[in-house]
Amino acid sequence: VRWEHFEHGADVGLRGIGSTPSEAFEGAAAALCALVSGGASGVRPEREEEIACDAPDPESLLVRFLNEVIYRMSAHRMVYGEFAASVTEPSGGGDWTLRARIRGEPFDAERHEPTVEPKGATFMLARVETGPSGEWICQCVVDV
Amino acid sequence: VSGDGARPVEVAPGVWELPRRGAMRVPGRIFASAPLLEEIDERVREQISNVASLPGIVGASMAMPDAHWGYGFPIGGVAAFDPDRGGVVSAGGVGFDISCGVRTYATGLRASELGSRLETIAHDLYRTVPAGVGAGGALTLRLDELDALLIEGARWAVARGFGSEEELSRIEEGGVAEGARPEKVSRRARERQLHEVGSLGSGNHYLELQEVDRVFDERLASAFGVSGGDLLLSIHCGSRGLGHQIGAEFMEKLPRLAPRFGISLPDRELACAPIRSPEGEDYLGAMRAAINCALANRQVIGGLARRVFARHAPEAEWALVYDVSHNTCKLEEHEVGGEPRRLYVHRKGATRSFGPGHPDLPAAYREAGQPVLVGGTMGTASYILAGTKEAERLAFGSSCHGAGRKMSRTQAKNTWQGGELIRELGARGIVVKAHTKKGAAEEAPGAYKDVDEVAAAAETAGLSRRVARVRPLAVIKG
Repeated sequence: VRWEHFEHGADVGLRGIGSTPSEAFEGAAAALCALVSGGASGVRPEREEEIACDAPDPESLLVRFLNEVIYRMSAHRMVYGEFAASVTEPSGGGDWTLRARIRGEPFDAERHEPTVEPKGATFMLARVETGPSGEWICQCVVDV
Repeated sequence: VSGDGARPVEVAPGVWELPRRGAMRVPGRIFASAPLLEEIDERVREQISNVASLPGIVGASMAMPDAHWGYGFPIGGVAAFDPDRGGVVSAGGVGFDISCGVRTYATGLRASELGSRLETIAHDLYRTVPAGVGAGGALTLRLDELDALLIEGARWAVARGFGSEEELSRIEEGGVAEGARPEKVSRRARERQLHEVGSLGSGNHYLELQEVDRVFDERLASAFGVSGGDLLLSIHCGSRGLGHQIGAEFMEKLPRLAPRFGISLPDRELACAPIRSPEGEDYLGAMRAAINCALANRQVIGGLARRVFARHAPEAEWALVYDVSHNTCKLEEHEVGGEPRRLYVHRKGATRSFGPGHPDLPAAYREAGQPVLVGGTMGTASYILAGTKEAERLAFGSSCHGAGRKMSRTQAKNTWQGGELIRELGARGIVVKAHTKKGAAEEAPGAYKDVDEVAAAAETAGLSRRVARVRPLAVIKG
């Protein structure tokens, strides 16, 4: 899974990169969780959860997906380390859809070495597109 | 709207105007010194222009001296909307951390009296006040217990033994936002709050022990109950998971409805609805519930801090100086063109700054004006300012809220190393208790603008007067 953080003032930009939109979305979720699991010790895939969301455009789908993960991290005090996403483009109208399985464990401040707490994903600099080398890139800014 | 090429014009000392152009309905107005104006770059000016294009905006789209690039509105943005002229309420104009704010207590102690107890108290505060990612809160509630908190705000916490009744008058709106509608707060937002009541959070939030190191105005300082050398305790935090979830839900939902409202959004993050629409009313009801959540949260933390002092410095005599919220939208009366009008004033990273005589001020501050609490950095200073009549005339009674970020988190992390930074501050006599060292590096004082310059610029522009500068002695970070 390829991901990176990029700069945005007081907040943090997340970018996922992959050969398909699905891989890029997985990268974005990994970039999100890396904010709260910055340590090298990693996240144990103890529990698996399923996520399903739809949106009229891919950027909305990304924001919705990330907000879904943020909600679970916050409400259930979880952190995730493995992501398997399947993003489907609409064929002839309709919504973009995402089905994902995410695996993680209850958050442990000692082991996970968090830096900041994500509050919510924004549409700021939100993009889902193919880069010059044909790779898929998805990104947005997360308020922390 | 593109901000390209538009240079602000100085129209009064420290007041700059961005002329109306393109889709802007009103001009932009920036309050800044010349050096601070340089830091309010093209991207911020574009956000000011975008806000100026929203329906029903009154007067000007404004930016405070500490303004920086945000999403939708700039951080440090102020805008007022008239519900009778198609005005909107914007979730992007409030932000995720609804009613984030600063609360300052006088302890009745002199900082010099503390001696070695400083370290002990700081350590106990660090252990007692939950802070940091996933730390949980001081209280755990059931879903059905939240409604009362969302309606009663700080009063809810006082009734449960956190702080005292007389503190309520020293909180904006008496510690309770009217018009909260808990039924408009989603189950998910509630779930995020159940274990976060009484928690600081992370990022730029903090709890500080501070010393008044300079008094600018003895009369106002005395009215606020502070004098040189006093030990103060300040809390900076917001509405936690509940506010974040409300922000996320409405910022996603409202832009999709814009075409139905006939609103053209230059930036999706402006996420707004007409004030007089079911969706606008829903947001206002939920947002006010989140304001109460933040007020209760700061009240609980204040109560916890008081208990720590009772253990180590029982001679302390607590008095709440004030509690301000700097991410809000509030219904207020302002005079526009000689006429009083009821407007919805958005302050996103901006503080109310009501002047002497304002009817909303507690009797004790009616003559002095409102205390404006400005949170600085852990290595420099914070400020206590006083609101002015001029701020009411120029900026719907608003002033700055902090030092204002100038360097991104990534840059800061690459520039400073957390452990080293904490040692350096320690060598300067500042005790830092941080739950994460990397988090501390991101909050390095050098990542912020010069707070002295910000407070001075706000005074030059007339938005507030400097009352006292306070320096950190001990900092608890998430």
